[in-house]
Amino acid sequence: MTWTWLIGAVLFLILAPIAGGLIAGIDRKITARMQGRVGPPLLQPFYDVGKLFEKERAVVTTAQNFYVLAYLIFIAVSGALFFAGGDLLLVIFAFTLAHVFLVLGAYAVHSPYSHIGAERELIQLMAYEPMIILAAVGLYMVTNSFYVADIAVTTVPAILYLPGVFLGFATILTIKLRKSPFDISTSHHAHQEIVKGITTEFSGSTLAQVEIAHWYENVFLLGFIFLFFAWNPVIGIIAVVVTYLAEIFVDNVTARVRWQAALKSGWLAAVLGIANLAILSYMMLGGV
Amino acid sequence: MSTMAFLKRSPWILHYDASSCNGCDIEVLACLTPLYDVERFGIINTGNPKHADILMITGGINEQNREVVRNIYEQMPEPKVVVAIGVCAASGGIFRECYNIVGGVDKVIPVDVYVPGCAARPEMIIDGVVKALAILEERREKMTGAAQTKESARQAAGEST
Repeated sequence: MTWTWLIGAVLFLILAPIAGGLIAGIDRKITARMQGRVGPPLLQPFYDVGKLFEKERAVVTTAQNFYVLAYLIFIAVSGALFFAGGDLLLVIFAFTLAHVFLVLGAYAVHSPYSHIGAERELIQLMAYEPMIILAAVGLYMVTNSFYVADIAVTTVPAILYLPGVFLGFATILTIKLRKSPFDISTSHHAHQEIVKGITTEFSGSTLAQVEIAHWYENVFLLGFIFLFFAWNPVIGIIAVVVTYLAEIFVDNVTARVRWQAALKSGWLAAVLGIANLAILSYMMLGGV
Repeated sequence: MSTMAFLKRSPWILHYDASSCNGCDIEVLACLTPLYDVERFGIINTGNPKHADILMITGGINEQNREVVRNIYEQMPEPKVVVAIGVCAASGGIFRECYNIVGGVDKVIPVDVYVPGCAARPEMIIDGVVKALAILEERREKMTGAAQTKESARQAAGEST
């Protein structure tokens, strides 16, 4: 009994990069099909990361490697805590800290492109942070626990109580998955504007670590989506798949917005979440 | 280590327009369209020299961008290759007599593959990239070989002391 939490953490640390890489591969394939292309092989993300480890270690300043490694470790730790059934608030704080390390890594280099990327990453943090905490609060109000282990085995259909929170979370998920219209800090489509944003000065194995951290992050976020549907695992998995497909669709049909719009959208999502929680607490107090 | 060879499965390209008439540039971009879709081979068009493996240059070098081309080339981490696209990139082409043109790309940086044509066709460009991949793979093997020799020499020196 006491060891089950460890199994979840270890399984996450080993399997999440594999699952995350496969999800990225499927994502690229579906994106290509939506654009009428054949697309890369399914295992392309693994080839990319393998390639990056083969490249020369060109480092601008050694501090950046330390920060990126800290980013990877804290993302892995927050995900492992989550899958170990740990405290959702602690998970979110470790998750935020990880991104602070990424921002510091980008600021460690004297490059205007890297700095613009870092600034935009901070703006993104400001945009999604309120909503992600509200999601944890919402799940607490429904299940009376901040522990993922308790939330995951609840028999209460959380999504029926938290539709606004879920919609808000889906909005900031677009920011977190680095997808259009909110791919403002590491843009795939703005080469001339910010080069490659926050990752501009990372190359070779350092860039590979950022990529692996992103895989960990995606698996953790999809796990978070599952919590809203945890009362029925089958519906939960279907909901995760449908949400991710919707994210890919949104990525392909929208153009990148300015950072102001990204910030407004993130906070609008938070307002939606607050309204949901206010109604919920009114109903609970009212004795419905 | 040396048998992995992920490099040729994931070549990321940096495209630079030196002083092209845009003819070759449009053909380079055509390679990314659904018709040719070079992402099938894992090729990505990146805008960042630090992420790139293949430098594709269109047009001849002029007096104002010879430093820029050198700079971009030097920012790319090893192993790397350069592909000169179109006749202007090869020799200056129709513009070679102009007062501001230095000549082909090889006047400034070493070029590995020359893709002929005015403009170079997308099929030719893809063929040039495939040729460049073989050279890229050769360089990677040489690089890991050199690293291993260095490492074994270091170990031998460590053992003797």
